[in-house]
Amino acid sequence: MILLSLIVLLMLGGALSYLSERLNPYAPRWVALLTTLTSFVLVIIFWLGHYHRFTLSPAPNWLEEFRLEWIPTFGISFHLAIDGLSLILLALTCFLGLLAVLCSWREIQERTGFFYFNLLWILAGVAGVFMAIDLFLFYFFWEIMLIPMYFLIGIWGGHKRVYAAYKFFIFTQASGLLMLLSILGLYYSHGQLTGHYTFNYTELLGTTFSDPRGFWLMMGFCIAFAVKLPLIPFHAWLPDAHSEAPTAGSLLLAGILLKTGAYGLLRFVLPIFPVQAMEIATPAMWLGVTGVLYGAFLAFSQTDLKRLIAYTSVSHMGFVMMGLFAFNELALQGVVMQLITHAISTGALFLLAGMLKERLHTRDIGQMGGLWTRMPQLGTLGLVFALASLGLPGFGNFVAEFLILLGSFEAHRWHTVIAALGLVFSAVYSLRIVQKIFLGPQNRYGVLADFTHRERLMMGILAISIFWLGLFPQPVIHTARPAIVKLVELLSKESDTAYQPYYEPK
Amino acid sequence: MSPSDYICLLPLIILALASVIVMLVIVAKGSHKTIQFVSLALFALAFASLFPEAVPLPHAVPPLLLMDRFGAFVIALILLSGGVVCLLSYLYFEGKEEGPKEYYLLLFLCSLGGGILAISQHFISFFLGLEILTIALYALIAYLKSRPKAIEAGIKYLVLAAFSSAFLLMGMALIYMEVGNMSFAGMSGAIRDAPSLPPLFLAGLTMLLVGVGFKLAVVPFHMWAADVYQGAPIPVTALIATVSKAGVLAVLIRLFLALEVLSFPRAALGIGLLAVASILVGNILALQQKNIKRLLAYSSIAHLGYMLVGFVPGTRQSFESLSFYLVSYILATLTAFGIIACRSSKSEESELLKDYQGLFWSHPKEALILTISMLSLAGIPLTAGFTGKFYLLLATLEPDYWALAFVLVLGSAVGLYYYLRVITTLFGSYPIQENTPSLPVTSFYILCLSLIGMLAILTIVLGIFPSPLIEYIRGIWIS
Repeated sequence: MILLSLIVLLMLGGALSYLSERLNPYAPRWVALLTTLTSFVLVIIFWLGHYHRFTLSPAPNWLEEFRLEWIPTFGISFHLAIDGLSLILLALTCFLGLLAVLCSWREIQERTGFFYFNLLWILAGVAGVFMAIDLFLFYFFWEIMLIPMYFLIGIWGGHKRVYAAYKFFIFTQASGLLMLLSILGLYYSHGQLTGHYTFNYTELLGTTFSDPRGFWLMMGFCIAFAVKLPLIPFHAWLPDAHSEAPTAGSLLLAGILLKTGAYGLLRFVLPIFPVQAMEIATPAMWLGVTGVLYGAFLAFSQTDLKRLIAYTSVSHMGFVMMGLFAFNELALQGVVMQLITHAISTGALFLLAGMLKERLHTRDIGQMGGLWTRMPQLGTLGLVFALASLGLPGFGNFVAEFLILLGSFEAHRWHTVIAALGLVFSAVYSLRIVQKIFLGPQNRYGVLADFTHRERLMMGILAISIFWLGLFPQPVIHTARPAIVKLVELLSKESDTAYQPYYEPK
Repeated sequence: MSPSDYICLLPLIILALASVIVMLVIVAKGSHKTIQFVSLALFALAFASLFPEAVPLPHAVPPLLLMDRFGAFVIALILLSGGVVCLLSYLYFEGKEEGPKEYYLLLFLCSLGGGILAISQHFISFFLGLEILTIALYALIAYLKSRPKAIEAGIKYLVLAAFSSAFLLMGMALIYMEVGNMSFAGMSGAIRDAPSLPPLFLAGLTMLLVGVGFKLAVVPFHMWAADVYQGAPIPVTALIATVSKAGVLAVLIRLFLALEVLSFPRAALGIGLLAVASILVGNILALQQKNIKRLLAYSSIAHLGYMLVGFVPGTRQSFESLSFYLVSYILATLTAFGIIACRSSKSEESELLKDYQGLFWSHPKEALILTISMLSLAGIPLTAGFTGKFYLLLATLEPDYWALAFVLVLGSAVGLYYYLRVITTLFGSYPIQENTPSLPVTSFYILCLSLIGMLAILTIVLGIFPSPLIEYIRGIWIS
């Protein structure tokens, strides 16, 4: 029931914020804050309550399930379920949702009711994506989250907001339609094989395909997820959407919307199409490597701070792609870590960019400089997250990228060697951020205020989490392990190599 | 004719009588409001008589008509559209330069024509229904005759409709020459055992398709659509987009099902090509429209293309999906035109996209309803349009028609752009100069808005809980 109530809570909260604007223009943000806080607390309580269940024996299964017949004629049910992997991402969603409300506290002054309505509905849609295990329902939520995001960018965005919003929507929606075709193809493949027509994920697992059909069905899914991830060459929407969106929009885009792509690959593509996925592993990893390097290069040459951060996302998501197609436990654990740490570090950088924009009214890093002396606290945290983003040991990002590289080295040596160069480039662009913005000669800005309490609170929480993940990542790894091991076992069955656990926790 | 025949045809008899009653009311110098209420009551009466308990369906009235559950379903849609258009008409015509009273008479004739088409079983009733429908439409389109575009639109429709009727008649004649029978069932007996379609029959069928293609405005017979949509009064445009399309589609479905034409690959290919062309051309032409009526015209061309896709597999499921899509299309179209009618002032129609700039911030209800309609037409989840498109894709992929499914998806992706453009305009920043006088809010305005609002809610409900309608439609097609 907690699964359904989470979605209903977020949707109702959204509707309430919209209505509460009539009472008072400041009411919506309080409603939204309360809603996100409640959902976050709910998920954390659930996590702590089920922490003992993340074990390999008995065989890992769903932690919680909710099922209702929806359109029985087509074998569609309203079927939600979560395992450790989805739980982590759900917690991340609620956490970032909370921050998104906090960071819009001052920034959004117009049409607040509709703003928080959209914000909460994005969260509801993403939460649905992470929970749905009926493919029709999954597609349903996949599309639902786009519309409020479209409004968020298109109404409260920067100067080129309409263009960016169009581009975002059309890229994701068009690729989503290809996924819909694949879902239908899968439905019929399974139905014709077994005589049982269903969209249920657990039943669709283990469908076998005739030769080219399986490949094309997988490609439909892959394109939708690659656009979301985003993977070169499907990344063109990302810099525009990120740079034009309001701060909360960029935060949610980078923090959770991109993660739905990686989640889709982990949850659907690899388990349903293991044979076909192995066939494309080498080109997929090359694309990942290209993404790592290309994103880093472009990030280095940007002058717009938000575009710069957007391209670092392309680079970091290249690592995710590599880890996914290495097919071993180390790399996949690294992927899960990367999803979380990237959300936190990139999210924090977007928040900083938003704060700078609020104070300087520009995103051009050519016009910044010497801000450390004016705003020492902001500068310090800027340095912290730039270092986190370059993967310095001690931060969560290091753990993530290290695990991915370790895992993929075993699978594809040369890919990994080249991708490791990306770490060098990321050091270059991260240090450039610090140097251009916070160091160097001062520009002619008047009085600049340092952190307010609200901002200090947000950045403090983020800094603590990224340190914590760097020093003590075990809770995340422990939670994700059953799901990851299940996946690796499934994959190794296809490739005739027995699954070897890397370690046995006590 | 037996009494049960009369009971069965009661909705159509009421529609026919209604036009006489309206005439009598006009003679009695009834006011516009009186006529409006009488018409609404008659539409409701026709609707109520639609599902008679005394007569089990299907009930044939040989040789011309067959009232079955599919026919009743389409007539229900036609009556719903007619009723909504009737209500909108009061708002639209009240205070206009032209006396609106005779308008209602034509409205009933139009619905009657559509209704006859929906249950016709024979070339005679097919042609009769079509002509009743079109002749009433000529007059309706040019009703506001002092407006510059109205006469142009009327003439355009007249010439093309007469032209297409000629094609249709010639096609019917050729088919009759080949098989010697004009009832659908009789024709099917004559060609059932043929290994391939006889050439004369094929030529006749092609000409018949050309004629029907004009009425449905599918590519390449679509040239008139945008101009007529633009020139006609808004309620009439809504009527063209719903009643006439539903009636003609219904008779086409009946004809194709009876003849089992679709089992011949060549015929299926022809329909498939029409569908593909309509989807692509309709969507592409709609991209740059600045006039919302023209935009909806091109979008309706594309939607007819989607529905023709439902013909190609020729399976029961494909006709089910087609029926569902028809419902979603009619709901969304009625809502869209309803809002346009509500937003128009006495002297000027608000048909340009820029008239809707920032509507959400000044009139949230209207903008929300129009947004729902656009989302449904675009096929976004939570709306009936999505379920319809999903159903169509499901039916298309069952026999592995991947190419058609791809075109459908491609068309939807292109279509997104212009539907989004409307939505972006609605939610865009508020116009700076505020010289448009706000429209007076009358009780009829509230009535219309709540009715359209209900249609919009229905669109959402069908998007979330489509099961009852799906089950109902399956019930229609099983029998």
